[in-house]
Amino acid sequence: MFQVRIHGRGGQGVVTAAEMLSIAAFEEGRHAQAFPSFGSERTGAPVVAFCRIADEEIRLREPIMEPDALIIQDPTLLLQVDVFSGLKKGGYILINTSRTFAELGLGDYVRDWPADRLCTVPATDLSRKHVGRPMPNVPLLAGFAAASGIIRLESVIKAINAKFSDRVASNNSAAATEAYQFVADEIKAARHEEAAHA
Amino acid sequence: MSFQPVHFYQTGTFTVGNRLLAQEERSVQANMERTNSLNSGHRACQGCGEALGARYAIDAAMKAASGRLIAANATGCLEVFSTPYPETSWQIPWIHSLFGNTAAVATGIAAAIKVKRHKGQMGDVRVVAQGGDGGTTDIGFGCLSGMFERNDDVLYICYDNGGYMNTGVQRSSATPPAARTATTMPVGPEPGNAFGQGKFVPAIAMAHEIPYVATATVADLRDLEYKVTKAMGMRGARYIHILVPCPLGWGAASEDTIKLARLAKETGIFPVFEAEGGELTSSLKIRRQQPVEEYLKLQKRYAHLFGKTPAVATIARLQAAADKNIRKYGLLDQEAN
Amino acid sequence: MLKQTEGSHAVAEAVGLCRPEVICAYPISPQTHIVEGLGEMVKAGEIQDCEFINVESEFAAMSVAIGSSATGARTYTATASQGLLFMAEAVYNASGLGLPIVMTVANRAIGAPINIWNDHTDALSQRDSGWIQLFAETNQEALDLHIQAFKLAEEVSLPVMVCMDGFILTHAYERVDVPTQEQVDAFLPPYEPRQVLDPTDPVSIGAMVGPEAFSEVRYLAHAKQMQALELIPRLAEQFKAVFGRDSGGLTHSYLLDDAETVVVAMGSVLGTIKDTVDEMRAAGEKIGVLGITSYRPFPLDNVRAALQNAQRVVVLEKSLAVGIGGVLSTDVRMAMSGLQLHGHTVVAGLGGRAITRKSLRALFAKAVRGELGHLTFLDLDWNVVNKQLERERTTRRSGPAAESMLRDIGVIATGIV
Repeated sequence: MFQVRIHGRGGQGVVTAAEMLSIAAFEEGRHAQAFPSFGSERTGAPVVAFCRIADEEIRLREPIMEPDALIIQDPTLLLQVDVFSGLKKGGYILINTSRTFAELGLGDYVRDWPADRLCTVPATDLSRKHVGRPMPNVPLLAGFAAASGIIRLESVIKAINAKFSDRVASNNSAAATEAYQFVADEIKAARHEEAAHA
Repeated sequence: MSFQPVHFYQTGTFTVGNRLLAQEERSVQANMERTNSLNSGHRACQGCGEALGARYAIDAAMKAASGRLIAANATGCLEVFSTPYPETSWQIPWIHSLFGNTAAVATGIAAAIKVKRHKGQMGDVRVVAQGGDGGTTDIGFGCLSGMFERNDDVLYICYDNGGYMNTGVQRSSATPPAARTATTMPVGPEPGNAFGQGKFVPAIAMAHEIPYVATATVADLRDLEYKVTKAMGMRGARYIHILVPCPLGWGAASEDTIKLARLAKETGIFPVFEAEGGELTSSLKIRRQQPVEEYLKLQKRYAHLFGKTPAVATIARLQAAADKNIRKYGLLDQEAN
Repeated sequence: MLKQTEGSHAVAEAVGLCRPEVICAYPISPQTHIVEGLGEMVKAGEIQDCEFINVESEFAAMSVAIGSSATGARTYTATASQGLLFMAEAVYNASGLGLPIVMTVANRAIGAPINIWNDHTDALSQRDSGWIQLFAETNQEALDLHIQAFKLAEEVSLPVMVCMDGFILTHAYERVDVPTQEQVDAFLPPYEPRQVLDPTDPVSIGAMVGPEAFSEVRYLAHAKQMQALELIPRLAEQFKAVFGRDSGGLTHSYLLDDAETVVVAMGSVLGTIKDTVDEMRAAGEKIGVLGITSYRPFPLDNVRAALQNAQRVVVLEKSLAVGIGGVLSTDVRMAMSGLQLHGHTVVAGLGGRAITRKSLRALFAKAVRGELGHLTFLDLDWNVVNKQLERERTTRRSGPAAESMLRDIGVIATGIV
C-alpha cells in the first residue's frame, strides 16, 4: 500500500487533489481511498487530505500518519505545521515552490535523502499560466506522477476530465503536462548528478 | 308606503334562515348533501366553538374539493375529542402526527399528491391542516412559517381560543392581555396575562405574502364558509384564522359561544378581514359597535377586572387595543363614523 | 458499474435508483453532500416524479416525510447529530405510525461541546425509537443497504435508518459498484402501503390510544422488529442473487472459527480492526471480529452464537452511555448472559478521535493478557482530565470545562491526526 499525504490551505483544492489522485489510481485498476482531514476549515486555514493506493481492497480507516509521499501545496505551511510528521525515511517530497530545499531551510532535514525523491514544481505559476487561477493542486498531482511513477500522466488527465469540463479541463491538462515534464526533467538532472558523484 | 328591503339581521344577529334565500345562496351546512366531515357524536364540550368552526370549515372545504380532501390535525382539543377510538368523527382521510408539525405533515401530503397525480395514480386531492392556537402560533410556528414561505399547496386553519385549553387552560401567545389562565393567574400587581406580549399570526402570515389570509369567527358562519370556499379556489399556502370561543377556558356560558364571537368582532377586539398576497383586501365591518366591557364581562377569565373596584385603566387599555384594530383594519364604515 | 466516487454521492445515486417520490432536506454536516446530490438529480430530471423539498428544520424534514409516507409516497431524508435530536419527536412518531421512511444518518457526535466529527452517539440515542438501524462498514455497503432498506421498510411497515460514519465514509472517495436501474427495479417493487390517506377509502391515522390497547400496539412494533430479524438475512440473500454481492445481513463474522478473543464493533472502524487482527493472527494470536450490521433489531442469537466459544469479548464502540459506560456493549452483554467469558467495554473514537492500528494492537494485546479492565477509554489523555478535575477541586468558579481543557492542550492546528 502506498500512502500520500497532501498539505495545503483551504481554497487550494487540497481535498480535490486527494480525490483526483484516487480517481487516477482507480483508472489504472487499483484500489484507492481518498479522504480529507475533516476539519471545518475556512479559506486559508491549514488543510490535510489523504490518499491510499493499493492492489487489494483498502480496509484501513486511520489517518495517514506514516506517509510514503508528501505533497506540500503551500511552503509557508513549513513554518506552521509539522508537515513531515511520520514521513518514511527517503519518502517522496513534492513542494509547490520555485526555490530549492536548501533555500526553504530544509537542507538538514533531507541531508540523507535520495536526491530523486526531493522535487519542487512552481505549481501556482503553472496554474496561473494555463488556467488563469492560482490552483496548484493539479500541476502538483502531475508532478507527483512524474516523481513517484505511482500513477501515469494519462490517468491524471482522466481524473482532470472526471472533475472538470470544457476549457477548465483542457487548461488544467496543459498545466499538468508541463508540470509533469518539469518534474521529470528535475529528476533526470538529480539522478545525473548523483551518478556523477558516485 | 315605500318599499322596505328585508333586513336579515332583524333579530340582532346576522343569522338568516336558509328558507329566505335562493338555493345557490344557502349555506353548505343547510345542504342535505353536506359531507358531515366532522360527524356528530364527538366528545367536545357543550358550546365548543372549535367543533362548530371545524364542522363548517371542513364541510365547506370538502364541497370546494368535490369530496377529495385530506386533513392533517395538530394535537389538541379537536384531535382528542374527534377520535376517541374505536370511534372517529372524521369521514375524511385524517392524520394526527404531533403537536408542532401539522403544517409540515400537510406539506408532505401535498408533495405526495403532486407526485401521485403526475404519475396518474391519484386525481386532484386537496390538503387542509388544522390546529389550535397553541399548535399554530407557538409550538407549530416554525413549521407553519416554513410551509408559508415555500408556498406549499395547503390551506391551514387555526382555531383560536386563546390558550392551551386541552391541557387545562394555560397561556399561549394568542392569549389576550389581562386574561386569566392557569399560568397567568389574576394575582399580584398586574393580574392576568401581561400587556405588550403575544402575536397576531394572521398579520405574520400576511408578511409571508402568501396568496390568501383571512380571519373569521363562529358568529359569522356564512362568512367563514365563504372564506374557506374562496381559499379552496386558490393554490399555494393559504391561512384562515378562526376565533372560536371556549366556554371552559373563557369561563363563559355554553350558550354564549356565538354571542361572544360576535362581540369580539363588534368590539374590534378581533378584526375580521381578508388579505391577498400580503395586502388587505376587505374587512367585515362592525355593524353596531360595542364597548369592550360587553365582551369582557361575560367571561370569568376577565372577572378580576370587574371586582369591587373595577380595573378601569386595564379596561381602557383593552378598549384602546380594540380601537387600534378598528383603525388598522378599517372595521368601521366611513359613513358610520 | 464500478466508480471511484464519494460515499455521499454513492448513497445519493443508490437512493435515486430506488425511485423516491418525496425527499426532504435540511443541511447538517456531514450528511449534506447526500441531499445536495439528490437535489441536483431531481432538478436535472435524472430522478423523475419526485418532489425535493427544502425544509426549515430537521423536525420539519421528518414531519414532511410522515405526511408524504402516509399518503403513499416512497420517502427519504437524511440527517446527523443535532439534527437527529432536533427531529427526535417526529422520529418516534414515524415509527409509531408504522411509516416506512428511509433515512441516512451520517453519524456524528452530539454536543455540547459542539463537534462535527464522527461517532455513533447520535444514532444510538434513538435506539429505542422503534426504527430499524443498520450500520454500514464501507461505502459499498452503505450504497447496498439503502436499496435493501426501502424493501425492508416497506415489507414490515417500519422506518429504517441507514447509519454510515460521517466524514470517514461520507466524505471518502473509494471504489463502489453502482447497480443499474434494471437491477434495482428487479429487487425493489413499487411501494404498496399498508395504510394510506385516500379520499376513496378514508381512514383516521394517529388517534389517541389509552391503557386498554397501548401495550398491544407497542408490542406489535416489537413483533415487527422480530419479523425484521428474520427478513434482513433473507433480503441479503435476495440482494446477492440480483447484485452478486454479500451486503447487509444481521452480522459479519471475520476469523471467528477458532477465536479466543472476539472484537465486536459497528461501522467503518471494522476495517481498521480487521487489519489489526490480521497482524495479530500473523503473530499467532487467535483473535476474530464480529461486526454488527443490524443494531435494531439486535441479533441476540447470532451474537451469542458467535461468542459461544470465545474466552473474552472486547466491545469497541464509538458511543458512551454516561454514567454506565457502553451502549452497544450493554446489548452484547445481554446476548452473552450465562456464557462464561470476560467482557470488556472500550469507548473509542468519540468526536472524531482517530482509532489507529497502533492503539488497537496495544489494546487487544492487553485484553489477551487479561489486563484490560471492564471499561476503557481508548487513548484518553489523563493529564488533561486530571488537570481539570484538580482545577474543579481547588477553584469554585473553575470556568467552562471544555474551554479550559482546550487551553491546557494548547495549539491544535499543527497536528496531523
